[in-house]
Amino acid sequence: MARYQCPDCSYIYDELRGEAHEGFPPNTSWAQIPEDWACPDCAVRDKADFIPLDSGEVGEEAGPQSGSGAER
Amino acid sequence: MSTIARDPSPYTAPDRYVDRKRYLWMLSVVWPAAPLIGLYLVSVTGWSVFYAFTLVVWYAVIPALDVLFGNDPNNPPEAAVARLEADRYYRVLTYLTVPVHYASLIVSAWWVVTKPMAWWEVVALALSLGIVNGLALNTGHELGHKKEAFDRWMAKIVLAVVGYGHFFIEHNKGHHRDVATPEDPATSRMGESIYKFSLREIPGAFKRAWNLEKVRLERLNKGVWSLDNEIIPPLLITIVLYTSLLLAFGPDPKLLVFLPIQIAFGWWQLTSANYIEHYGLLREKMADGRYERAQPRHSWNSNHIASNLILFHLQRHSDHHAHPTRSYQSLRDFEGLPELPSGYPGMFFMALIPPVFRSVMDRRVVGWADGDLGKIQIDGARRKKIERKFGAASHRPTRAAAE
Repeated sequence: MARYQCPDCSYIYDELRGEAHEGFPPNTSWAQIPEDWACPDCAVRDKADFIPLDSGEVGEEAGPQSGSGAER
Repeated sequence: MSTIARDPSPYTAPDRYVDRKRYLWMLSVVWPAAPLIGLYLVSVTGWSVFYAFTLVVWYAVIPALDVLFGNDPNNPPEAAVARLEADRYYRVLTYLTVPVHYASLIVSAWWVVTKPMAWWEVVALALSLGIVNGLALNTGHELGHKKEAFDRWMAKIVLAVVGYGHFFIEHNKGHHRDVATPEDPATSRMGESIYKFSLREIPGAFKRAWNLEKVRLERLNKGVWSLDNEIIPPLLITIVLYTSLLLAFGPDPKLLVFLPIQIAFGWWQLTSANYIEHYGLLREKMADGRYERAQPRHSWNSNHIASNLILFHLQRHSDHHAHPTRSYQSLRDFEGLPELPSGYPGMFFMALIPPVFRSVMDRRVVGWADGDLGKIQIDGARRKKIERKFGAASHRPTRAAAE
C-alpha cells in the first residue's frame, strides 16, 4: 500500500485509509482513483501531479508555506 | 508605510517578522456591521442619506483611501509563514464575522418593518446590506478553504445568510481547478461586460457545484437529495433563516422587497469579484492536453492596503490561487504580477460601466499577453472589434473558445 502527496498543499492520499468523503473506501488503490480527480484540499493539482511517497517520508516542499512565488 | 499603526504587541519570534497589520485585521470584522453603523447614524442625525452609508463608503471612500494609502509593503517572509498559520488569533477573527453578518441582516429587517421608511430608503438599505453580504461570501471563502470540519461548517453558516451555500463547493473544487480556462464560468473573457458575464457565471456556478457533488455522491452510492450533499445543509439554513424572518416580522410588503434585493446584490458582489479577478487571463495547454497549473500570473492582483484590510487579503489573489490553502494573514505580494489599478471596490464600480472598464483593463490584458491575442480569453462577440484595435492574433493557435 502506497501514499501519494499533493505537491502544493501537503495533502496525502493513503491507499490504506482511502478518502471516505470523496467516496474512496479504505484500500482503494491509486490506480482506481479517476484520472481527472483533483486534490480534495486545494484542487490546484490533479492526480497526475501527485508524488509517490516512500514509506513514512513526507515531501520537503509540501505545506501551505510552500512556493516561493517565483513560479511564474 | 508610515500610516500603519505600529504593532503594539511584544510579538517576537525566531523569524523576527512582526505583522504590523495584526490588529488592523479587526477592520475586516467591523466592516460587515457597516449597515448597522448607517442605521445608528440615521437615528442620531435623522438624515436618511445614511441608509446609503455602506454604499458610499464602499464605492467612493474606500477607492479614495486606496489612492491615498497605496500599496502594502508588508510581506511575510517564508520563515514566518508557519508561525502565522499556527496563530489562532487570525482564525478567530474570521469566526467573529459570522454573527456580525446575522446581526446586520436581522437588525436591518427589523428596522424595515418597524420604522417609517420611504421606498428609496428601503432600497438604499437593501443595497447597503447587499454590499456586506458580499463580505459574507468573502468570509465563507476564507473559511471554506480550510481543512478543519469546524471551519467548513462556519463557512456554510455564513454563506447561508446570502443564500449561496453552494459557493464553497463550486469555488474550491470547480473554480480553482478550472480558473483562467474557457471551462470556467467564473473567469470573465476580454470584452465581455459584467452583465453578460453574470448570466453565464451565476447559473454556471450552481450547475458546476451540483455536478461536482453528484459525481462525489455517486461514488458513495448516494443520491443528490441527501443531507450528505454539501449544498443541501446551508440551503436548509437559508430557508429556516428567511422563513423565521418572515414569521417574526410578518409579510410586510417592504420586507418582501427588501429581502430579495439584499440577497441579489450580495450575489452581485461575488459576480463583481469573479469578473475582475481573472479578466481575459488564460492558462496554456500543455503537450498532454492538460492546462498548465494555476500560477500567480493567472490572477489579477491588488496590493492596495486599505481595501485589503476590510477583505481579509482577498485581493492578494495571485498567491491565493497558486496556494489556496494558505490563510489570509500569510498571503504575499510578488513583483511582476498582473496588477489591478485599484482595489476591488473601485474596480467593482468601474465594472458597472463596461466602456470604462474595457478602456482601463483591455490594454493591461494585451500587455500581460505580450501583445499575443492568441494567449487571451476573448469574448467571441467582440473578437473582431478587439482584433481591429489591438491587431490580429499571432500565428499561435487561438485557445479562447469563447465563441
